[in-house]
Amino acid sequence: MPETPRTLKSVVDALDVAAPSTTDEEWRYSRIGDLDLARWTVPAAAGEAAADLSDVLAGLGRTAALVEVVDGFVVGMSVDTDAVAAGLRVGTAADLPDAVQPGAVMAEPTDQFAALNSSLAGSPVVVDVPANADVPGPVVVLSQTVTDGATVAPRLVVRAGANSSVTVVEVQVSSDVAALVVPVTEVLVGPAARVRYSVLQDLGPRVWQVGTLSTSVGQEATLDAGVAALGGEYARLRTDCHLAGKGATGNLSSIYFGEGSQMVDLRTFQTHEAPHSTSNLLFKGAVADTAHSVYTGLIRIGHEAAGTNAFQTNRNLKLSEHAWAESVPNLEIEHNDVRCSHASTVGPVDEDQQFYLESRGVPTPVAERLIVAGFFDEVLDAWPVPDAAAAVRDRLAVRLDRQVPVAGGADR
Amino acid sequence: MTELVIEDLQASVAGTPILHGVTLTVRSGEVHAVMGPNGSGKSTLSHVLMGRPGYQVTGGSVTLDGADLLSLPTWERAQAGLFLAQQYPTEVPGVAVRDVLSEALVAAGRSTADLESLVAEEAERIGLSAALLDRAMNVDLSGGEKKRNETVQLAVLQPRIAVLDELDSGLDVDALRDVARRIEQATNDGFDGGPPLGALVITHYNRLLTELHPDVVHVFAAGRVQRTGGPELATELEESGYAEWAHLSEPEAAPSRPVVDDPFFAGGTL
Repeated sequence: MPETPRTLKSVVDALDVAAPSTTDEEWRYSRIGDLDLARWTVPAAAGEAAADLSDVLAGLGRTAALVEVVDGFVVGMSVDTDAVAAGLRVGTAADLPDAVQPGAVMAEPTDQFAALNSSLAGSPVVVDVPANADVPGPVVVLSQTVTDGATVAPRLVVRAGANSSVTVVEVQVSSDVAALVVPVTEVLVGPAARVRYSVLQDLGPRVWQVGTLSTSVGQEATLDAGVAALGGEYARLRTDCHLAGKGATGNLSSIYFGEGSQMVDLRTFQTHEAPHSTSNLLFKGAVADTAHSVYTGLIRIGHEAAGTNAFQTNRNLKLSEHAWAESVPNLEIEHNDVRCSHASTVGPVDEDQQFYLESRGVPTPVAERLIVAGFFDEVLDAWPVPDAAAAVRDRLAVRLDRQVPVAGGADR
Repeated sequence: MTELVIEDLQASVAGTPILHGVTLTVRSGEVHAVMGPNGSGKSTLSHVLMGRPGYQVTGGSVTLDGADLLSLPTWERAQAGLFLAQQYPTEVPGVAVRDVLSEALVAAGRSTADLESLVAEEAERIGLSAALLDRAMNVDLSGGEKKRNETVQLAVLQPRIAVLDELDSGLDVDALRDVARRIEQATNDGFDGGPPLGALVITHYNRLLTELHPDVVHVFAAGRVQRTGGPELATELEESGYAEWAHLSEPEAAPSRPVVDDPFFAGGTL
């Protein structure tokens, strides 16, 4: 006789963490007030895997490791022998107690939903790369949510040892269910290490996501991270990038797309804690129909971060009159010897660009499609994991076919 | 034989009349220079011909071989055979030159099979590194590269009438010669056995016209053609300037544009 699923509310009440409020700056414009905790239960085990992710895997070639997660529980795992030989260790936190563990970057939960993940995560996945290892091929973590009404808490922890190199590709999808997903991914980049990270979020239209990406970059190390946020009814991701070591570099990029009544909610923190560190952020998104997007970004430069370069650019395309995009860049600087810039734009397809392409004889809808696709290509052409970009592009193209059709009977 | 006929064209920008009745006809193989002081409305003429948003036609007509251009959207004007080389070519991030040309050829029903070789050939003739054509349109190109890029596109698209809006601005001497010679050749020989190109060359200075020889020169001031003559008129203008028409000028209400430094003509004189 299976146990009765716990309700989410009972779990959250036991957490003793302050509930977020839209009066908090970090939750301003969010839909958090609409979240009814009583609606969700906590599954005790994984449901049946259902997603077709062949498009994602096709582009990636031979993987160093492949981890399959359903409803937050690991259901399958394989590690390539060459990657094992290189020293890669991949497993659940329980199975690899001496490997990196949850909390490696996010020592304290950044908010209630991160705390919820820590409390619920059924089987956190850890990826540990020893010093000087060069992992061949990507480590791929496919996470899907299949159970209606479930609260799902996938957890991924990556550590790249000193002077190592690894590529991690995460995919978050769901069946067409109503669910609450609270993923947390931690990436710890050791001194002089290089991590390339890509996440594709293509959840179903009735899924709420409140996610956290928490990263820390060590001395002379580089993190290249790309976030593709396409799905979900309400999809929030908070990204923290700590430039923790002298000369650390964090490159963050994102594409996002909202249509129907979707809301995409992205918060970023570029936190410079060490001298001569660099962060580059380029987030580009589009909203159509009555979709909403929020981007708020904070560059924090601590008093110890002399000689820092920090850049932040957010560009938003409004593809319909009733779509809505908010962009709020912020700076918090405690040192004079820094170079910082931030820029943000919200607007429709650029009239001058449209005119220019049409003046070459390109039909109006084709010109618009070229411009919108090009808007995203600026990010996708430099995607941190080039082999992961094709699947992102294809899934984006499905949306562009609906919202910016090049021909045919679609009403415009 | 193709004929672009502009008759009594009047247009406004943001409610302010700029063109006050422009009349001129450009035929295949002819090079017409439209010369005038800054603020005379000559760039507005190019925008109105191509249908740029923000410009309202308030009277007159423009036809290309009898077809009413003003009733067509911009892209159909281009497909009808009109090309505009822009004074400030727009940067289009993420969109490659080749993709734009390919879509334009597809819309025209032309084969794209030879596009690569055609682009490579034209780029070489005009002295533009073909590698630049793989980049996003006009992004990170110098002023001279942008104008060469405009000319490559013109040559690939093979229009019947080209409007060249200040094509000489931002060009060094070598680039000016390369670009002008390519267009001059098109006005003599046409493209691919077609009729010779007709060109409407809008310029402030005489410099382009020493390479691209006009058949007809129009002095443009206060939103209309004030005087029309042969090539000798351009020479005369170089000596006398536009002082004769200065009193007619009114501030142009067109969208403000950056001033381009022209290293060869400080203050408009050699």
